Amino acid sequence: MSFQVQSQDFIARSKDALADAPLQSALGKLRTGLSVRRREAVAALPEFDALREEAAALRDYTLATLDQQLETFEAQVRARGGEVHWAPDAASARAIILELCQRYGAKKVLKGKSMVTEELELNEHLEAHGLRCVETDLGEYIVQLRRERPSHIVAPAIHLRKEDVAESFAAHHVGREHADRSTAEALMAEAREELRAHFLSAEVGITGANFAIAETGSTVIVTNEGNGDLTQSLPKVHIAVTGIEKVVPTLEDASTLLRVLARSATGQEASVYTTFSTGPRRPEDPDGPEAYHVVLVDNGRSAMLGTEFEAMLRCIRCGACLNHCPVYGQVGGHAYGSVYPGPMGAVLTPQLAGLDESVHLPTASTFCGACEAVCPVKIPLPSLLRRWRQRAHEARLDGDRARWLLRLWAFFAARPRLYHPLLSAATTVLGRLAGPGGTFRRLLGGKAWTESRNFPAPEGGSFLASLQGEEFAPTPRKAPSR
Amino acid sequence: MRVALLVSCLVDGLRPSIGAAALALLREAGCTVRVPRQQTCCGQPAWNSGDRPTAQALAQKVLEDFADVEAVVVPSGSCAGMVRQLPEVLGPEHPRFADAEALASRCFEITDFLVNQCDFTPAPLGAGQTLTYHDSCAGLRELGVKSAPRMLLERAGYTLAEMTQAETCCGFGGTFCVKYPAVSVAMADEKLASARATGAPLVTGGDLGCLIHLAGREERAGAGLAFRHVLELLVPTPAPALGEGRP
Repeated sequence: MSFQVQSQDFIARSKDALADAPLQSALGKLRTGLSVRRREAVAALPEFDALREEAAALRDYTLATLDQQLETFEAQVRARGGEVHWAPDAASARAIILELCQRYGAKKVLKGKSMVTEELELNEHLEAHGLRCVETDLGEYIVQLRRERPSHIVAPAIHLRKEDVAESFAAHHVGREHADRSTAEALMAEAREELRAHFLSAEVGITGANFAIAETGSTVIVTNEGNGDLTQSLPKVHIAVTGIEKVVPTLEDASTLLRVLARSATGQEASVYTTFSTGPRRPEDPDGPEAYHVVLVDNGRSAMLGTEFEAMLRCIRCGACLNHCPVYGQVGGHAYGSVYPGPMGAVLTPQLAGLDESVHLPTASTFCGACEAVCPVKIPLPSLLRRWRQRAHEARLDGDRARWLLRLWAFFAARPRLYHPLLSAATTVLGRLAGPGGTFRRLLGGKAWTESRNFPAPEGGSFLASLQGEEFAPTPRKAPSR
Repeated sequence: MRVALLVSCLVDGLRPSIGAAALALLREAGCTVRVPRQQTCCGQPAWNSGDRPTAQALAQKVLEDFADVEAVVVPSGSCAGMVRQLPEVLGPEHPRFADAEALASRCFEITDFLVNQCDFTPAPLGAGQTLTYHDSCAGLRELGVKSAPRMLLERAGYTLAEMTQAETCCGFGGTFCVKYPAVSVAMADEKLASARATGAPLVTGGDLGCLIHLAGREERAGAGLAFRHVLELLVPTPAPALGEGRP
């Protein structure tokens, strides 16, 4: 597999994340910020739930007719003077993009925010071949300076505080010894100034695409900084890189999805910029690129079609499941060790990287259901996570101790004549040991629980073992006379 | 109404007084209650661990233990949610799929049942007491149980002080709490901070798993919140509250 992950270290990485005070301070804002804004935006749109239904049905229809939609899209892009390139896997996508950059003699490449190019590890590949890549989304720019990976699919630098960003700028921006870096606005202005020179000197602009519209052959990006527009219109070549599942049949369909996307992602009614790219610049256009290419990346996606994981391909990458996931909220994105973190990443990563490389991700969920409750395209995320757990169990990836304990417990649970006396005896012993209202600070074999929690003692005995009879008549209480 | 009580294995083993409260409340609400003695566990640990064959075996046992009842009532949103999933556990090709669907449609979380099927008003035990309610995830998001436990508590005279994070997962998550204890406890700490901020001395909820986890963490932190299952607050109960334990 060409998709590199460090997900097998999830336990160690999550502990590091919990002990990382600056990270925890940054995540604290996530937990109360984006989810509150989404709630307000949804409350202001009474038909939001109906829109989610519509969006989910639309995505399902598109996936059911994906081959047709993609063919239409390709034909429409060609009809407007653009080129479409099909990349079955990451390696071919990287090769196609590198070849395009070389074809146009590029030395410097501007990047708009794109998770697919993160998935492809495109920057590393282009830089290994002598190109300079400049991320233009503020968050991406920051993580690129720090040689990190995005920790969130919408807000790449959400794991950082303002102070961390100021430090990185101080270390990397030359000739700005006296810059004021005390506010977010000042930092943004500084990044803008640094980026401006790049915008005018790059030969190629690479963006992602939130949607690819079949009927018009357009790619759509949504941004809040306007960097994407400059990236795709100033350089002489625009390359849009996106997953094959991002196609939608019509402009109208794109607008339906845009309505749920921004509200789910950031609580905005619409992003500040929603930009449609259709073909290269025409003679009468005042601006735009001379060449327009779309790279459609499969990289494991088509293998999900027709499987129990197909619903995952509905995903429009809004990040709401990350923003509402209590596990993500505690450990942040880097702990997952995958480009795609949080609930959506925990479903997608095993598909892209292999389950043996990522078995913790579907397991590290409480199945609390917050992700499914906010998903704008109603992906049954907990149910999909559970299916990965089934595959892990079938492949014996879930650990001998866990399997053995489960089997032992199931053996007794299936045999009530053994189960009830044993349970009653065990809880009686524990109850006596602790005394009424007692609690254990340590329990043999229970370190995973008692390391940081007490275990409140059982009352003693069991309800079923102590019950006399099986049928109980009603005992209606007289109406209170007081 | 004739109902069957699915006790849930945690209540059965760890806190029988919740089972006794459930039985007493259902009888008080006018139900004839059957408590199948052969019942053990709904199979959720197997289902959520990906062991579908074991979950299917236990699902069939649940179908046998609770055959021919008008309603199955459960003092746990989590286990009631599991019974609702039994059709998915068996799958549509399974010979007992229809039975599973029928049982799932007759399964109720107990506070929901007491309010919406029995319009029950509990004895006035709560005058002068303030508490905060933790929405357990399965009850809230799988079953839509939100107002029923609060109505029962208010009818019993308790005053509710809501947490800002009432609907956020506490980090118990079944086997999650021992597979990823560090993350689990961090989630508990956030929940507990939210509970403390209400000023209420007592946290209640509909799932014993969450409460044991939260109470155990609170005890270890040496802080003062007490915890009780919501049913313990609706009948006089002899058991001391959770979270006040002496090691």
